[in-house]
Amino acid sequence: MADTGTTLGAPAERREGRDKVTGSARYAAEQTDAGRVHAWPVVAGIAHGTVRAVHTGAALALPGVLTVLSHDNAPRLAPADDATLAVLQSPRVPHRGWIVALVVAETLEEARAGAAAVRVDYDAVPHDVTLTDDHPDAYTPEQANGGSPAHREQGDPEAAFADAEVRVDTHYRVPPLHNHPMEPHAATARWDGGRLVAHDSSQGATTVRTVLASLFRLAEDDVTVISEHVGGGFGSKGTPRPPVVLAAMAARETGRPVTVALPRRFMAALVGHRAPTLHRFRLGATADGTLTSSLHEVTTHTSRIKEFVEQAAVPSRVMYAAPHRLSSHQVVPLDVPSPSWMRAPGEAPGMYAVESAMDELAVEAGLDPVELRVTNEPDTEPDSGKPFSSRHLVECLREGARRFDWARRDPRPRSRAEGPLLVGTGVAAATYPVMINPAQATAHGTPDGRFVVRINATDIGTGARTVLAQIAAHTLGVPLDRVHVDMGDSDLPPAPLAGGSSGTASWGWAVHDACTRLAARLAGHTGPLPDDGLRTHADTTGSADADSPYARHAFGAHFAEVTVDTVSGEVRVRRLLGVYAAGRILNARTARSQFIGGMTMGLGMALTEGSTMDGASGAFVESDLAAYHVPAHADVPDIEAHWIDEEDPHLNPMGSKGIGEIGIVGTAAAIGNAVHHATGVRYRELPLSPDKVLTGLTGLTPPIPTPTG
Amino acid sequence: MKPYAYARAGSVEEAAELYAAHPGARYLGGGTNLVDLMKLGVEEPAALVDVSRLPLDTVDELPDGSLRIGATVRNSDLAAHPTVRDRYPALSQAVLAGASGQLRNAATTGGNLLQRTRCPYFQDTDEPCNKRAPGSGCGARDGVHRDHAVLGHSPQCIATHPSDMAVALAALDADVELYGADGPRIVPVAEFHRLPGDHPEQDTVIRPGELITGVLLPAAGAGLPSLYRKARDRASYAFALASVAAVIGVEGGVVRHAGIAFGGLAHRPWRARQAEQALLGAAPTTAAFERAADLELAAAEPLRDNAYKIRLARNLAVDVLERLVPPAAT
Repeated sequence: MADTGTTLGAPAERREGRDKVTGSARYAAEQTDAGRVHAWPVVAGIAHGTVRAVHTGAALALPGVLTVLSHDNAPRLAPADDATLAVLQSPRVPHRGWIVALVVAETLEEARAGAAAVRVDYDAVPHDVTLTDDHPDAYTPEQANGGSPAHREQGDPEAAFADAEVRVDTHYRVPPLHNHPMEPHAATARWDGGRLVAHDSSQGATTVRTVLASLFRLAEDDVTVISEHVGGGFGSKGTPRPPVVLAAMAARETGRPVTVALPRRFMAALVGHRAPTLHRFRLGATADGTLTSSLHEVTTHTSRIKEFVEQAAVPSRVMYAAPHRLSSHQVVPLDVPSPSWMRAPGEAPGMYAVESAMDELAVEAGLDPVELRVTNEPDTEPDSGKPFSSRHLVECLREGARRFDWARRDPRPRSRAEGPLLVGTGVAAATYPVMINPAQATAHGTPDGRFVVRINATDIGTGARTVLAQIAAHTLGVPLDRVHVDMGDSDLPPAPLAGGSSGTASWGWAVHDACTRLAARLAGHTGPLPDDGLRTHADTTGSADADSPYARHAFGAHFAEVTVDTVSGEVRVRRLLGVYAAGRILNARTARSQFIGGMTMGLGMALTEGSTMDGASGAFVESDLAAYHVPAHADVPDIEAHWIDEEDPHLNPMGSKGIGEIGIVGTAAAIGNAVHHATGVRYRELPLSPDKVLTGLTGLTPPIPTPTG
Repeated sequence: MKPYAYARAGSVEEAAELYAAHPGARYLGGGTNLVDLMKLGVEEPAALVDVSRLPLDTVDELPDGSLRIGATVRNSDLAAHPTVRDRYPALSQAVLAGASGQLRNAATTGGNLLQRTRCPYFQDTDEPCNKRAPGSGCGARDGVHRDHAVLGHSPQCIATHPSDMAVALAALDADVELYGADGPRIVPVAEFHRLPGDHPEQDTVIRPGELITGVLLPAAGAGLPSLYRKARDRASYAFALASVAAVIGVEGGVVRHAGIAFGGLAHRPWRARQAEQALLGAAPTTAAFERAADLELAAAEPLRDNAYKIRLARNLAVDVLERLVPPAAT
């Protein structure tokens, strides 16, 4: 790469920041096409059964109502690979909150009034929404999310555990969690003759285009999906969602552009959630803390219509050396909404368990938790035996310990009090895999010395637009302000979604290749450029997705200091520090935002966030941001993210690892471990809310979750 | 949202007339709760009588030393008012413990008292709720009720009143000023909200068409030490799991004045009369505070998942009373 010395790694400001804060950035629901109308879903009031009748007369008689779609009259879609997209296709109700009708009206208010006037009769049958780890319907799937084998076993972990000098045998529970991005899922669709054009709040418009083309039996060239600005997704917009399908359906039926914007209260059931996970964790070690056995068994739920298995036992295959190992998943299909991706699926709940268990082992063996991790640092990836492309977990732990002043810590639990406050500190490691997918991009140099890069990447608030411009400018050896990036439109060269912390690596590789070619052509060109400039194209198929002989992961370490109020049971975080080894950091400003954003979400997972399933209704009861408690500013007083310089030649031309998710991984364990250090009580069920903490402090009931229930 | 009429009142009398002229009307203050409930379909008023610009937006000291807070004084202004902060610190603290800065800038004193429970079953029109739809049942009793009442609930309703401000007002012996068809009247804050009984649809004793015009804080108790403490799931913008407001006067080594109220435990701010009685005339010791709190909370009837509230409320009460009467003063 040509080195301008300033563009790659520099803290460049977000290119669309001004548009966003001034309100001129248009989101999917804000596409005010001429004649645009609105639709409002009607959702199921039962958790299991069938729709017997949809009574639409009263709604159709209301002013402004154009049509009411239900399984009786909605256009037939081609079969969907993702059953959550087969909306209004059958009378079956697989869970509470499933969409059973859609009212289309001239205005949003008329659509909402119409939806309230639709009466639905059901044939309800009993439902089961309660996850237990001895549920009779539990089974071991072939694969967990991401294609990992559900079950892996090496050596004789049971026997090695039984023979271990030091043992930890414990359970953890992580509740259902919801992504709740700031911008609710929304789409605006219109038909131009036989062409479908949709604005969708999505993490990847290319995938949405493919799926819409399939569902509506169109050629992909007859579908355009635009996701220019997206107000967060955290995984919930990584797969196409019902609003864009419904908007396309309704637009076809009415001949008008239609907007479907989900109200917040419908989101809990319709756009995925992190499935609850029940963990049994056993660690066996020698007296000096060397692991001999590791057994991580996860039970989770999925819906009746879609198998999604949160791969929470997978990080056990990456983290620590142990000759005897087991990691397994079982899943229970229930009458619940379909779970899906939420920031660091697998790693976030899995590492809560791994890193809590390691802390328990450190306490049991009387070892420093940092040193225990260093002791068990593997030479190769434990499960695969592959060498790591780079692994600087120990350096992250050491650097974090130095910055956090870990050496001054009194390791004894409940050793520090300030009046009614107990004070504690905790540590946990973090990891997230390197994922890269093929992408295409074009680069265009114009005679006036400007450059345009075109690629259907998506900026969901991460700064992708900015960092791709930096990669282009760096590769071309030109100032950043000479480069324009076109993205967020499926008519652009196809690219994978913003997910799995893979976006920058995947898109950046294609941008790099296109710009490298353009730079070479410019270097070989003499005289003025032709009027329409020079264009190059790159496709990283075959290179970006080539099998690597290396195990490739980012690593990190989280340190937390908490106070636990013995009067109220309130836990507050005083300090949160993350140190990461994630390859080359491409934009110091937006990278820091990703890290501390992930850490803040991990803080929420530890202390405030959780969704509660009502057994009688089958609904998640937290339906707005007043009830689903994401951390407020006041919860995050002192948060720092740092990174170490990591050179890794086995990644991509930029040398970067993904950074969008690792901040949430391990943070909950660091905070939970700090709470144990503060109180001497080991809480094993998240979130650590005052009801649980106070109950544990006063010994009213055992704080240890029962294995079932 | 269904279409509704809208009228802005210029005076209290005009507000009452507009209300009478529009069957199915609701008064609109800051709108921070009512408008949400309209969006949810919980409230479907035929008309809104906007009282937010009535000339009731001042805090005035009255000749007898009491303080009158106009109904349209914004929560932010109330919390920041120097006299309130000086004489009734628990009230300022309670208001600041509620909602968010943005909401407090919009919410009014009258509206704060009249806000509805945040019980999720009340807010979801697909769920049974005797408060929203009398006779439909209570989804929370056997459902998700960690946040619900432990005192004074009924088979029909286990909702809690969400206001922080009202808890402090109850402890401070404040009165509510009302204006209705029969003219003005006064109701103590501690008796303004009801227990649910067989009519959980009635949050308060307010009569149809009556308007809150102000709140009166008595001179007695002004300047005594007072505190509000709230326990919640996050550091800001969360309703109380439990809270306590207390004002206490100690003379000659014994308690001469005690006002204590709990929030988050009941369908109304829970004035702890038994605890107060136990403290009056007693030495202000930790043991006395614990006995008083236990006496008050002995009537608690926790549900499956909210027994923690009893311990929490006891701890908060003892802590607040200890802080109000430091050991050196006892």
